[in-house]
Amino acid sequence: MPSAALTGLAVLVRRIGGGTLAAITTVGFATRFFLAVARHSPAAVRRLQLTLREIYFAGVLSLIIILVSGIFVGMVLALQGYEVLNRYGADESLGILVALSLVRELGPVVAGLLFASRAGSAVTAEIGLMKATEQLSAMEMMAVDPMARVVAPRFWGGMIAMPLLAGLFSMLGIFGAYLVGVKLIGIDAGAFWGNMRAAVDFRYDVLNGIIKSVVFGFAVSMIAVFEGYTSQPTAEGVSSATTRTVVASSLTILALDFVLTVFMFRGLGV
Amino acid sequence: MNRSTIDLWVGIFVTIGIGAIIFLALKVGNLTSVSTSPGYHLEANFDNIGGLKLRAPVKAAGVTVGRVEAIRLDPKTYQAHVTMRVDNGYQFTSDTIASILTSGLLGEVYVGLDAGGDTRMLADGGRITKTQSAVVLEKLIGQFLFSKAAETPK
Repeated sequence: MPSAALTGLAVLVRRIGGGTLAAITTVGFATRFFLAVARHSPAAVRRLQLTLREIYFAGVLSLIIILVSGIFVGMVLALQGYEVLNRYGADESLGILVALSLVRELGPVVAGLLFASRAGSAVTAEIGLMKATEQLSAMEMMAVDPMARVVAPRFWGGMIAMPLLAGLFSMLGIFGAYLVGVKLIGIDAGAFWGNMRAAVDFRYDVLNGIIKSVVFGFAVSMIAVFEGYTSQPTAEGVSSATTRTVVASSLTILALDFVLTVFMFRGLGV
Repeated sequence: MNRSTIDLWVGIFVTIGIGAIIFLALKVGNLTSVSTSPGYHLEANFDNIGGLKLRAPVKAAGVTVGRVEAIRLDPKTYQAHVTMRVDNGYQFTSDTIASILTSGLLGEVYVGLDAGGDTRMLADGGRITKTQSAVVLEKLIGQFLFSKAAETPK
């Protein structure tokens, strides 16, 4: 009986220890992987054509979903915001509400989530499938480093595309809010733009939003190439890696957003 | 996909992306207004600043001329010490009066500057000596009740 309990305890300890070791090993490998991507980043600039192709796949092909979502998010924000602001007779602050929520939060976050599911998953699936069909090994055989040829351009493509997409999302959102607020509801256009410009600060609001989108672009691109590169080389492995990319990127974006917001936007009230 | 077609699309994408960020900076944000232009500092002590916040506007005759940069409590006099950054284009006389005002009933709290007739101007780091505190509604109501109570026996 004591020996059975001891065996159970030993199994438990072994399982905890094994899990911890595996997690720490993953962190170590991810760090090494990150350093390798950083080391091969000059290659992404040298072979600009490859990076341009990735910006095309990550950025240009995501344009439609980003633009359409941006317009709709802006229009909904304007309708809901007007509904509440109208109760306090503050309709003309609609521009402030919409611009601040889009530029500070929704632009980077929603564009990041869409980007993770639209472009991040595609990158993971592509690299994972390359690995499953042994294209990466074939490249190594031909003395072509897959980190430089495959991973670095995809990482930088996503990294460059993401802030631009977030900017477009915010702009289209504000345009959508303008359509609903000014054209449909009939708020004065001068008050809409004027109040917005008076309340939105470039450094404090716009620049912090851009910094957020750069951080999210880094996180999503890194997770996407890492999951693709470390996926099991089977059909099942690639599909689960793609799922992990979307889940991990989304959670990372939301958690990072909280952390960044705490650092950026606290201390306004004295 | 042909190489030059990809270049064209990426070019369009990057251009409108940067265009969007410039739009956010110029049309949505106030990059062009006073908040980012170089300015000089003015200081003022107030008995009570009410709901004044950092980055609140500093206005003269309703025109925004600067922003509040720092607010702290003076430990000796127990007054609020407010530091404002005012646009270089605007000079104020040394007998300027600074007051804490509110735009509308629920509007933002700001610092109003009323220039006087002095010929000397305030320099960088200059102190505005004449100040007017924020109107605190509770105190007003208290005074009103007190004066009401005082006149009842008559």
